[in-house]
Amino acid sequence: MIASAAEAETPLSAPLNVGFDYTRSVGPILGRFVNGLRERRIEGIRGSDGRVHVPPVEYDPVTAAPLCEFVSVGTEGTVVSWSWMAEPLEGQPLQRAFAWALILLDGADTALLHAVDAGTPEKIHTGQRVRVRWADEPVGHIRDIAYFVAADAPEDSEPSPVPPPVAKREDRAPVSMVITPVHLSYQHSVSAEESRYLRGLAEGKLIGQRCPACEKVYIPPRGACPTDGVPTSEEVELPDTGIVTTFCIVNVPFLGQRIKPPYVAAYILLDGADIAFLHLVLGCDAADVRMGLRVRAAWKPRDEWWTTLENIDHFEPTGEPDVPYESFANHL
Amino acid sequence: MADVAIVGFAQAPNVRATPGTTNGVEMLVPIFAEVFERTGLSKKDIGFWCSGSSDYLAGRAFSFIAAVDAIGAFPPIHESHVEMDAAWALYEAWLKIRMGEVDTALVYGFGKSSAGHLRRVLALQLDPYLVAPLWPDSVSIAGIQARLGIDAGLWSEKDLAEVAARSRADAVRNPHAQLSGHVEVTDLLDAPFVADPLRAHDIAPITDGAAAIVLASAERARDLVERPAVIAGIEHRVDSPVLGARDLTRSPSTEAAGRAIGVDGVEVAELHAPFTHQELILREALGLDDQVRINPSGGVLVGNPMFAAGLARIGEAATQILTGQARKTLAHATSGPALQQNLVCVMETRD
Amino acid sequence: MAKQLAAVLGTGQTHHKAKRLDVSMPGLLREAIDRAMLDAQVGWDEIDAVVLGKAPDLFEGVMMPELFLADSLGATGKPLLRVHTAGSVGGSTALVAASLVQAGVHRRVLTVAFEKQSESNAMWGLSILPPFQMPVGAGAGGYFAPHVRSYIRRSGAPEHIGAIVAAKDRRNGALNPYAHLRQADITVESVQASQMLWDPIRYDETCPSSDGACAMVIGDEAAGDAVSHESGAGGAAWIHATAMRTEPTTFAGRDQVNPQAGRDAAAALWKQAGITDPLSEVDTAEIYVPFSWFEPMWLENLGFTAEGEGWKLTEAGETALDGRLPLNPSGGVLSSNPIGASGMLRFSEAAKQVMRRAGDYQVDGARIALGHAYGGGSQYFSMWVVGSAKPAV
Repeated sequence: MIASAAEAETPLSAPLNVGFDYTRSVGPILGRFVNGLRERRIEGIRGSDGRVHVPPVEYDPVTAAPLCEFVSVGTEGTVVSWSWMAEPLEGQPLQRAFAWALILLDGADTALLHAVDAGTPEKIHTGQRVRVRWADEPVGHIRDIAYFVAADAPEDSEPSPVPPPVAKREDRAPVSMVITPVHLSYQHSVSAEESRYLRGLAEGKLIGQRCPACEKVYIPPRGACPTDGVPTSEEVELPDTGIVTTFCIVNVPFLGQRIKPPYVAAYILLDGADIAFLHLVLGCDAADVRMGLRVRAAWKPRDEWWTTLENIDHFEPTGEPDVPYESFANHL
Repeated sequence: MADVAIVGFAQAPNVRATPGTTNGVEMLVPIFAEVFERTGLSKKDIGFWCSGSSDYLAGRAFSFIAAVDAIGAFPPIHESHVEMDAAWALYEAWLKIRMGEVDTALVYGFGKSSAGHLRRVLALQLDPYLVAPLWPDSVSIAGIQARLGIDAGLWSEKDLAEVAARSRADAVRNPHAQLSGHVEVTDLLDAPFVADPLRAHDIAPITDGAAAIVLASAERARDLVERPAVIAGIEHRVDSPVLGARDLTRSPSTEAAGRAIGVDGVEVAELHAPFTHQELILREALGLDDQVRINPSGGVLVGNPMFAAGLARIGEAATQILTGQARKTLAHATSGPALQQNLVCVMETRD
Repeated sequence: MAKQLAAVLGTGQTHHKAKRLDVSMPGLLREAIDRAMLDAQVGWDEIDAVVLGKAPDLFEGVMMPELFLADSLGATGKPLLRVHTAGSVGGSTALVAASLVQAGVHRRVLTVAFEKQSESNAMWGLSILPPFQMPVGAGAGGYFAPHVRSYIRRSGAPEHIGAIVAAKDRRNGALNPYAHLRQADITVESVQASQMLWDPIRYDETCPSSDGACAMVIGDEAAGDAVSHESGAGGAAWIHATAMRTEPTTFAGRDQVNPQAGRDAAAALWKQAGITDPLSEVDTAEIYVPFSWFEPMWLENLGFTAEGEGWKLTEAGETALDGRLPLNPSGGVLSSNPIGASGMLRFSEAAKQVMRRAGDYQVDGARIALGHAYGGGSQYFSMWVVGSAKPAV
């Protein structure tokens, strides 16, 4: 229920989390580098101008030529520049305050970007000598370098951070893939028009909106009428009956799917609406669903309602005769 | 080839967070109306539409598609999109008019940075194999760049605070700015570090916003506004992404773009510098002396609507000409970490 | 105000596979780029600018990949653009690259489009649901299948048309050494026996998910004139006409089967090319058919046939390699679908035909060819006409 006018005005929002553990094949050049990391070795690659690039690059920044001459470099080096990460973000190399730094390893001509576990900003400076603090269990990933420490720091007794996920591979086969999880959180807002529609659904109502220019009734509504570019503001309450304009029978499972196949995904044109929306048709054999079928909404129990079209569990045939094709042909 | 001019510019208020959606429609509808009013054009007069935006800002694949609703794209339109700051969408529109395929274009950009965690999201611009998996955020990288300049004696923390103070003071006259006001440099320097060596005032704010520009062939432009801002030159270049392999205290791509156009006689420059030290790098790269007025709008330090900010710099610089305040101006846009990619646009009046 | 002539100097593509586990993204791109530059006989110092196209960043989990790819693309120090217009992106990228030459800004432009979608999962990428929405969609196939049903109803097309297209395109793919799916033995019957995925679309009527890249070098008139005609190959592919149109994904009364934007783009294209009877004047076409039924639908949308008649051309065998209008001689999207690259593959395969570089799937005497791409909910259309001779002034 809407508690106050103010609450009614604020558009709805909810978290949107988007994430995947990306599987990245590294190819021969980066592959050699990460396999070296697994053995606690660091290699650079010589560029067209003689510079040793660490980490290696596949293609030369000056000539674009493919590079292939590997050069071993040290695991100790010099801080070229740094900045302080006072409150580390998710996924960063350390979860206590640390320094980001460009580090020129001994023998390299380009600097590597990584973290230095300095403790406080007073304990890091440009020109400082630092060394690699290896992961307890290197796997063939840039995080095998857990972070850097001052060159004269004592051996680290704390366990290193959890290693990243690793791809399965055959026994003794070299690492050819790195897995890099990318998980992001967003706060997703819907438009004011869509909020009114969703809040209507929370009360069991189907609220469409009419465009002042073309006078078509949209459900779900849009921030602006797609053909006129103006907000659709006039509310029109619609019945929960209508027709199937067209449909398909989904037979195939896929990653991210939330309904078990087979099911009918159909465009439902509510009586009084000028645009159809996608929903499910159940309550009959999939083979009995037809273009022009009269349907009515089957709502979930009221205590399961919230601001979503899912309050309608599915549409089902009303038993009335199908409507003639000509009456909805222009909605296809 | 046809000369191209800017005839109209509008921008949404730069705010910390808009209640609208990530597809930008709520911000775009009013500013489209505004540019149409200023130019006397309507949607049917626009020959080509081009936008700049980012899926990763929105957290949605194909997020730019819903933005097209703001246009009212039926009958169908001639339209394209770059997943870059809309300054590069303006470049694409410039090509179309230049080759005579159309004689008007509307370019727009939008971004709702408040939806996600911007400084973390931007880490995804880095090498996905060996750099991004450490999640080096955009502010930390800028901090590293700033310290390189401090260590080399190119700028001091006080120099940076002066850029911030000047920008905020200038923004008092900018009704769209998110931040503005008179601050003392000493007070700014007393503030704690956010990402040593950067303080809050050194870093552009998080901003939701949008911008739109109307372009026309120079010939058509004369019928639309009194003093079109004719594009005398527009160039862009990119530097290597490898942060440890280039001198971050310089911007070779900005130097090259500026050189290709020639910036003599520029009176006002709007520079897209989300960090105070970057303004100093860009001034140097473009060879702008003390005679040139920098960022009378306050620049992006007072409001940084991602993917519209570069376009807005072009709009602000064009406005100086449209309103008769200057005869030749420059705008700059940047993309990527630590000024990796840069676009320069010089405009002038042909009066 | 006249725009300059532009031509395709050379093309290249990768071997398309479900997972190119042998390369990184730069490696994948360079496979296509190096082939294109060799085909065009140009070196890096002759490339003035680079235009990259790719579908949503989420597929590879890299934001604005042109940035990290700048060195690999040979773009460092040069102008670099990245176009994103959903599935049509490969096509619109080619158009942006062409416009750089047509506007007289550059002499030679490298353009490349790719997708390494095995780094995540294409169905996942296409099915991410924002809050409050109902999870009823089922990826691209689930989106288009209802509209295919509408086409069948509207046109009265018999059920086996989709299978004819699928069998034809896959057999063509078998002639293409780069294709992902190369099925020389596929038949209409075997297609009809394959599993129904989103009724009425079957498994064998559905494009694969591929990793792949495509590249072209586009040059000005002088560069086009210099393209060698040696060993029977043709010269450059001259760009005769280009067009792109957009309409909203959904609106009241939208024709999802025969979208206005596609019709408008095609009309503008034929007009620019001076073509009044496409079926007679176009020798071959590479059109974007990710689900087999799009062949008859696009035949009508593009104006090759009247509305409702497209399936008849298919049924009569006229779109086969030896037919009147060979469609997708390369095997098309049904044989390889790296989403960001597929549009550019269509454009480059059309160019290869008029350059006489299409090898075993060369259409004899092809002098005028169409390249076509679409994206989103059938709302973005980009297309070009290329010819073995310069366009008439």
